[in-house]
Amino acid sequence: MTTLQTVFAKAKADERAALVGYLPAGFPTKDGAIAAATAMVEAGCDVIEIGLPYSDPLMDGPTIQDAVHRALTNGTRIADVLRTVEGVAKTGAATLVMTYWNPIDRYGAERFARDLANAGGVGTITPDLTPEEAGPWRQASAGAGIDTVFLVAPSSTGERIQAVADCCTGFVYAASLMGVTGARESVSSGAQDLVERTRAHTDLPVCVGLGVGTGAQAAEVAGYADGVIVGSAFIRRLLDAPDEASGLAAVRELGAELAAGVRRA
Amino acid sequence: MRQVTATEGTILTAADLAGNGVHGDDPDVHGKFGIFGGRYVPEALIPALDQVAAEYEKARNDVAFLREFDHLLRTYAGRPTTLTEVPRFAEQAGGARIVLKREDLTHTGAHKINNVLGQALLTKRLGKTRVIAETGAGQHGVATATAAALMGLECVIYMGAVDCERQALNVARMKLLGATVIPVHNGSKTLKDAINEAFRDWVTNVDTTHYLFGTIAGPHPFPEIVRDFARIIGVEARRQMLELTGRLPDAVCAAVGGGSNAIGVFHAFIEDEGVALHGYEAGGRGLETGEHALTLTAGSVGVLHGSRTYVLQDEEGQTIESHSISAGLDYPGVGPEHAWLKDTGRATYHGITDAEAMEAFALLARTEGIIPAIESSHALAGALKLGRELGPEATILVNLSGRGDKDMGTAMKYFNL
Repeated sequence: MTTLQTVFAKAKADERAALVGYLPAGFPTKDGAIAAATAMVEAGCDVIEIGLPYSDPLMDGPTIQDAVHRALTNGTRIADVLRTVEGVAKTGAATLVMTYWNPIDRYGAERFARDLANAGGVGTITPDLTPEEAGPWRQASAGAGIDTVFLVAPSSTGERIQAVADCCTGFVYAASLMGVTGARESVSSGAQDLVERTRAHTDLPVCVGLGVGTGAQAAEVAGYADGVIVGSAFIRRLLDAPDEASGLAAVRELGAELAAGVRRA
Repeated sequence: MRQVTATEGTILTAADLAGNGVHGDDPDVHGKFGIFGGRYVPEALIPALDQVAAEYEKARNDVAFLREFDHLLRTYAGRPTTLTEVPRFAEQAGGARIVLKREDLTHTGAHKINNVLGQALLTKRLGKTRVIAETGAGQHGVATATAAALMGLECVIYMGAVDCERQALNVARMKLLGATVIPVHNGSKTLKDAINEAFRDWVTNVDTTHYLFGTIAGPHPFPEIVRDFARIIGVEARRQMLELTGRLPDAVCAAVGGGSNAIGVFHAFIEDEGVALHGYEAGGRGLETGEHALTLTAGSVGVLHGSRTYVLQDEEGQTIESHSISAGLDYPGVGPEHAWLKDTGRATYHGITDAEAMEAFALLARTEGIIPAIESSHALAGALKLGRELGPEATILVNLSGRGDKDMGTAMKYFNL
């Protein structure tokens, strides 16, 4: 199993940023998600975040909402998410689950942490779990030996960044802008500032997500961050493809472009 | 206790507004009512929530703010609202004495105006120029658009596409008041999806925008702020009941969707141990059909829209779509303070089906010449049942939270009018 620590150490040795790709389980189909994530790894993603489809994704933009809706319509359940993690972890990529808190809360924190670790998952990203409410999940994750990643935002004060960073293991997720997920024309100028402010509070790697979707943007972000996170742009390729094979080809193409980007900085 | 003004009718004090810890039931520093409440939101929103909480804490103790709010309630919203005793209606309730608190007589026709005026004033204190809001039945949207027009704020209302259709009249009202109404086509296309979309707007535009939350749900400090601004309902009603009947009522009844009108009327009675508090949720087509909004009576504890509370959810935490003939009660969550009142046993919650609510709706119209909102009709139906249980000696206060003009389309279909 590849850990986040291994991934960032290796990327650092190569003098590049790590590439992190996001895809919801069950999208475009249950098996199609494993195939697409595998293609992302083969094209150069070091880390894969498998999204746990949730009925009320309040920080996601239209692209991810659309994908998640399809996954739920496909009948994707937590067992499918875990199966997807298992399939993707086998490729050698460090595999995380990104999820809103309620599904874990309902499933049971200790049970979810244990089942995720058994599936080969290395941790979670929980975008709506604040440090004040994170105690039970941090404890369960530590017990299962998996990492906990939380988010900082451009609006975060130094005090908040410290509180969030103190809860993180693996890396800190810096949301590049104030807004929902989705590719943008340009990466927010606030992202670099946020990364620098975050580094003042932690020695953990800092990865940037939200609004990154091209090789050029990946190169730009790789200039100051330890990792570049891309989600909606991959999903967009799959949504726009006329069939599964061309979807996978488009994902490979984007993955290669981004992988070249993180090496260009 | 500071008196804001003694010149006419209502006298609003800081204690009236918030209880000021008198009741010992303000949430803790993390916004928790027992295990309920809190904040489950993207970190990006934490500074905005902190800012709202800090400004509200100043406002609730600021005499100038209280005076301005009080003035608007009296001269714009039409407070204090009257009590109306309804003996002909009460004949169907075992002869118990039934008294209505007439929030339907406020400006815009529902209790929602109380909260929006308070929060619109808060928006100005926050230095923000734009308000956004979610709406189900459209009443909160209309009230928000009204307050925004009054105070010169830009206003955007998110409303589920299904609700836009069944509440077309309110959509027109909001537009006339200068608001932009954005139909939400995601998910179940109802209130919960409108809330998701409003949060997405807020996180994007938080520098200029206040999310004028319409019910006592959501992340801290919304449950506390909305409650405090709605609290005037019970403060007045308690005083008025003593004047009218010489004693406190045996029971207070209110409809519960998100729960703001119910908490508004309940809150001033919480310390009165002899007063039973009854909340009525939308039973829709009946519990057994699965088509209902029985969050407190049939839901389980989870997290929805930033708060730990009772939620309609499946075994993996996916929200289950609710159903009610009343758009305002069609919500799969509920305010955390109601969850707490339920678990502590201080309030009791029951289901009222669509059919029972519509029967009470028609009965009040025919016997008393008052057309209630279908939301409020759930409380009326509850009072009918409760009166039969308690008998003719009992006095029951019902919060008539809104008027039924907006529901005539539904009524025409339901009764073939």
